[in-house]
Amino acid sequence: MSRAIRWLLPHPLLTLLLAVVWVLLQNEVTAGMIVFGIILGIIIPSGTSIWWPDTPQGFRMGKMISYSFMVIWDIMVANVQVAWIVLTVPNAKLKPAWIVVPLDLLQPEAITVLAGTITLTPGTVSADLSDEGHSLLVHVLHTDDPDAVRDEIKSRYEARLKEIFS
Amino acid sequence: MTSEIILNYATALSLLVGSGFVSVGAIGLLKFNDSMTRLHAPTKVGTVGIGMLLLASMLHSFALGDTSFHELLIMAFLFVTAPISANFIAKVNIHRQACETPPSPPRDDTWSTLNSPEASEETAEKVEA
Repeated sequence: MSRAIRWLLPHPLLTLLLAVVWVLLQNEVTAGMIVFGIILGIIIPSGTSIWWPDTPQGFRMGKMISYSFMVIWDIMVANVQVAWIVLTVPNAKLKPAWIVVPLDLLQPEAITVLAGTITLTPGTVSADLSDEGHSLLVHVLHTDDPDAVRDEIKSRYEARLKEIFS
Repeated sequence: MTSEIILNYATALSLLVGSGFVSVGAIGLLKFNDSMTRLHAPTKVGTVGIGMLLLASMLHSFALGDTSFHELLIMAFLFVTAPISANFIAKVNIHRQACETPPSPPRDDTWSTLNSPEASEETAEKVEA
C-alpha cells in the first residue's frame, strides 16, 4: 500500500503545490478545477521524477512557513535601507565587498533556499558557489564590517535552514 | 460605500509606494558605476516595488467587487526567478572579470564559475599579456 502511494505520489508537497497553482491560475474555486489540479499534480511529478532522484528527507513545513514570514519582513526592512543607500550615499563613499560564507548545509535544496534568501534580502547578492559546494560567494552593496554581515547570514538564516532541512 | 472609499485610497497609496520603489531602483541602475553594485538596485528594490503595484491591482479588483488571486502567483514566480537571474548576471561578471576578482574560497580550490578550461586559459593569456 505504502509502495503504491509512493509510486503515485513521489513528491506529495509538489503535488499539493501544483494543484494550488492550477486553482489560482483559473481564478475560480470549483470542484472540477480542484480535481483537474490534483490530476495535474499526479501526472507532472511522476512524469518528471527522472530529474528528481532524491526526495528531500525531513522537511519541516511549519518552520518553513515561519521562516518565509521572517524573510518577507527582512525584505521590507532592508528594501528601505537599500533605497536610502541608493539615494544618499555618493558613489565615492560606497564600500562594496565580497564576502565568503562557509556553508554547514549539505543538501542542494537547502543551499538553494539560502542563496535565494540572500539575494532577495536587499544589500546582498549570492554570486557563486565553490566548486565542491562548501562555500558561498556573496556580494555586499555597502558595509563597514563584512565579517558582521557573514555572521548575521550564518546565525539568522543558515541556522534556521539547518533546522528546517534536518 | 465607505469600504469602497478606503479600498480606493489604499490602492492609490500602494501605487505611490510601489512606483516610488521602482523609480529608486531605476535611479540606482543609472547612478552606480560598477557592474556588481549596479546589480543590487533593480533586483532588490524591484521586488518590493512590483509587489506593491500587484497589491494595488488586487485591492482595485476587490473594490470593483470581484476577487483576483493571479497577483499572488505573479509575486511567487517573481520571488523564485529573481535570484536566478541575479545569480547569472553575477556569474557573467565574474567570468568576464568585469569586477574585482573575488577572494578564493577557504576549503575548496576555486569558484565554480572560474573552474572552466576557457576561464583558466583566459587568465593565463592576461597574465602573459
